[in-house]
Amino acid sequence: MKAYLSIAAVVAVLAVVPFVTASNAVLNFLVMALLIALAGQGWNLLGGYGGQYSFGHAAFFGTGAYVTAILQVRYGINAWLGLLIGIAAGALVGAVIGALSFRSGLKGSYFSLVTLAFAEVFRIVASVTPITGAGVGTLIKLDLRPEAFQFQSRAPFYWIALALVGLSLVLVRAIEQSRFGAYLVAIRENEDAAEALGVDAFKVKLAAMTISAAITATAGCFYAQYFLFLDAAIAYGPWISVDALLAPIVGGAGTLFGPLIGAIVIKTLGEATKLMTGGAPGLDLVIYGLVLIAVVGLAPRGIAGLAPRLVQIFRPRPLAGAQP
Amino acid sequence: MLSPVILVPAVLNGLMTGAVYALVALGLTLVYGVLHIINFAHGALLTAAMFAAFFAYTYLGIDPYLAAVILTPLFFVLGYGLQRFVIGPAAHGQDSNFLLVTLGLAIVIENALLYGFRADTRTINLPYAFDVVEVGSAFLAVPKVVAFAAVIVVALALWALMQWTDTGKAIRAVAKEKLGAELSGIDVAHIYAVTFGLGTACVAIAACLLIPTYYVNPTGGDAFVLIAFTIVVLGGMGSIAGALIGGLFVGVVESLSSVLLGESLGQIGIFAMFIIVLLVRPSGLFGARA
Amino acid sequence: MTGALLRVENISKRFGGLRAVDQVSFDVAPGRITALIGPNGAGKTTLFSLISGFLPPDQGRIVYDGGDVTGEPPHRLARRGIGRTFQIVQPFAALTVRENIAVGTHLARPNRAAALAAAGEVARAVGLGGQLDQSAATLTVAGRKRLELARALAIAPKLLLLDEVLAGLNPSEIRDMVPVIRDIAGRGVTILMIEHVMLAVMSLAAQVFVLAEGRIIAQGAPHEVAADRRVIEAYLGHGAASRMAAGAAHG
Repeated sequence: MKAYLSIAAVVAVLAVVPFVTASNAVLNFLVMALLIALAGQGWNLLGGYGGQYSFGHAAFFGTGAYVTAILQVRYGINAWLGLLIGIAAGALVGAVIGALSFRSGLKGSYFSLVTLAFAEVFRIVASVTPITGAGVGTLIKLDLRPEAFQFQSRAPFYWIALALVGLSLVLVRAIEQSRFGAYLVAIRENEDAAEALGVDAFKVKLAAMTISAAITATAGCFYAQYFLFLDAAIAYGPWISVDALLAPIVGGAGTLFGPLIGAIVIKTLGEATKLMTGGAPGLDLVIYGLVLIAVVGLAPRGIAGLAPRLVQIFRPRPLAGAQP
Repeated sequence: MLSPVILVPAVLNGLMTGAVYALVALGLTLVYGVLHIINFAHGALLTAAMFAAFFAYTYLGIDPYLAAVILTPLFFVLGYGLQRFVIGPAAHGQDSNFLLVTLGLAIVIENALLYGFRADTRTINLPYAFDVVEVGSAFLAVPKVVAFAAVIVVALALWALMQWTDTGKAIRAVAKEKLGAELSGIDVAHIYAVTFGLGTACVAIAACLLIPTYYVNPTGGDAFVLIAFTIVVLGGMGSIAGALIGGLFVGVVESLSSVLLGESLGQIGIFAMFIIVLLVRPSGLFGARA
Repeated sequence: MTGALLRVENISKRFGGLRAVDQVSFDVAPGRITALIGPNGAGKTTLFSLISGFLPPDQGRIVYDGGDVTGEPPHRLARRGIGRTFQIVQPFAALTVRENIAVGTHLARPNRAAALAAAGEVARAVGLGGQLDQSAATLTVAGRKRLELARALAIAPKLLLLDEVLAGLNPSEIRDMVPVIRDIAGRGVTILMIEHVMLAVMSLAAQVFVLAEGRIIAQGAPHEVAADRRVIEAYLGHGAASRMAAGAAHG
């Protein structure tokens, strides 16, 4: 119950922002951060809770983005319906890749490699096939009506992104408290031992991957609506695969708020870097890479994991089990 | 279309391209065979080496083949240092951490190159870059023939190193049984770093061999490395022979499919093969059971 | 023999040229403690892996509770009521003791609160009640062994496979663990245990099977098996039995 209240509190506080500032820059920054947080929460379910590190979450992001864009542009389908179909498409891709990978027993590095390869295949195919506009890309026509999931000002986009993040938090919390969640974490810790306790690892991992893909695909659909332009490098590029894993790892993989905290941190770092260096491409990612190495080396449990340690420093308590 | 006049040069060209692929794959498989980690930074290191070779020629006038003599030990030291002082300590010995740390390193290196040198593609113009050698009905580019020969030499040198030197034996010991090697007094951290250094040295040589005929840009290494991954998985993680044979095989397959299907499909063919091999037999044709 | 809870028929498994398990057949009677002993490398853990579904047999059948379960995966066998511990303990390190055991109690209880509560009871039954909220990573070896046992018990098994659950414990820890095992059997759980600690085998087991080089070389009550010369030779080498008898005659 406490956790759901925390989620509500965080969402409520963040919802106030557009009333406090009219700055487009701030809202833009926060929308991107929320987008990454959403994509990252998807990764977090499979990677943080499930221990299966995907290096190709772009495959789901891009599928969501392209499906909703193509449905609108070529078939005149309503944007909101496109959102739902895009999410379903992303989930389907996740299910297929998951079924193939887990059926073959791929784990660890092999799993990461195969997800990377799948994402690359999507990217290459998207860069040459006509339906995605090949090298030119896909442009969604400007149509500033709520029914078309486009808005004049940033605030409605912001609130929608916030709502989506809030929903993902509620979903992950519910999973945390369920048998499915317990099984998922057990698989991460020790798959064989979990199997010996009746856990069908294949089914659980597959379900996790499907839900994970759906969440990240949602972020992709939102991206398409917000920016109205996609090409293969944007939709399926390594940038989103990296961001989707970096945010949860920095914020705390396997924790509820990890992706949100991490997304805000890395976006802040990115912006700060751009300000300091005048926007030359590449430096922000250099910082991201260094942060990744630093976090893994110094704070493997991310920022959320640092919190208990900091609490210990300020309020020392005897360790559990110690004799009085 | 399928006449020998077209096929034979395609196969020969494929073998030569494949040799360089094999060299890149060799570095990757060495690191996996000993450290049991997949080095995601391999491509970025190749790119960095290609930039180094480019600048050696453009600003110092050093021919790439000569540059190899300088760059190889330099990159060996770089690789050694990275493993010993960055990757090893940061990973705390956990596999999943190695993955993330090498990924982080790849991001850092590639984007540092991007930031420093922009995304422009560069090439160098060597006087002999377009010379050809006639072999039967095929006209083979001189740089490619040199590359093929050089790879054979490097492979033999590596094999000799592994078989006959103390360091090589130590490397094989650590690859087989880390704990036993440690108990026998082998400094495992040092051996890990030496192996990583050797892997990095391989890409340095590969870069110098590629530079006469290839372009340089910050993401250039990626294309090669995904091919290298395919080869390593095909030939077996940790198998030197597998990397060589796999490399030659992939080179020929790519060459033939380019001739038969056109350039852009070639890349997908490699990825498709990669995915299929991973799904069907991740231990590869020569590797140990995963 | 009818009524056996577990019947292993002609099970074989080879790894390359090595016949790890070679045409092994035996029955485990319900409600009793049966021990599987033998020198190192005899194939005991491989046999457990075959019975619990982690390895498929090359030939033979495994019949459990009247049904052929040969080749079924571990999670399905667990749902049928076969529980096992691992020789090298495998705790879920990032979880607390309670959460560890809850993974098992969840099998019959989808509800989280119910699973956690049931986990508490299982923990108390094996003596871990005071450490429920401790991280599994901070347990001592003895604690981890108990956790291993508790987790396997959590799925309410009918057949419990214990793989050297006493290994690595000092004598007083062994003395504490033996009654716990006896209690479990007393509650109707059939136990098949691999054990090297002969004291435990003697005091717990009703039936003993001896495995050497992949084959069963002797079976019977503990004291019968201990005196069997083939068993002595399997452990101590060829001719040992005669030497021991000769030594006893002179001593």
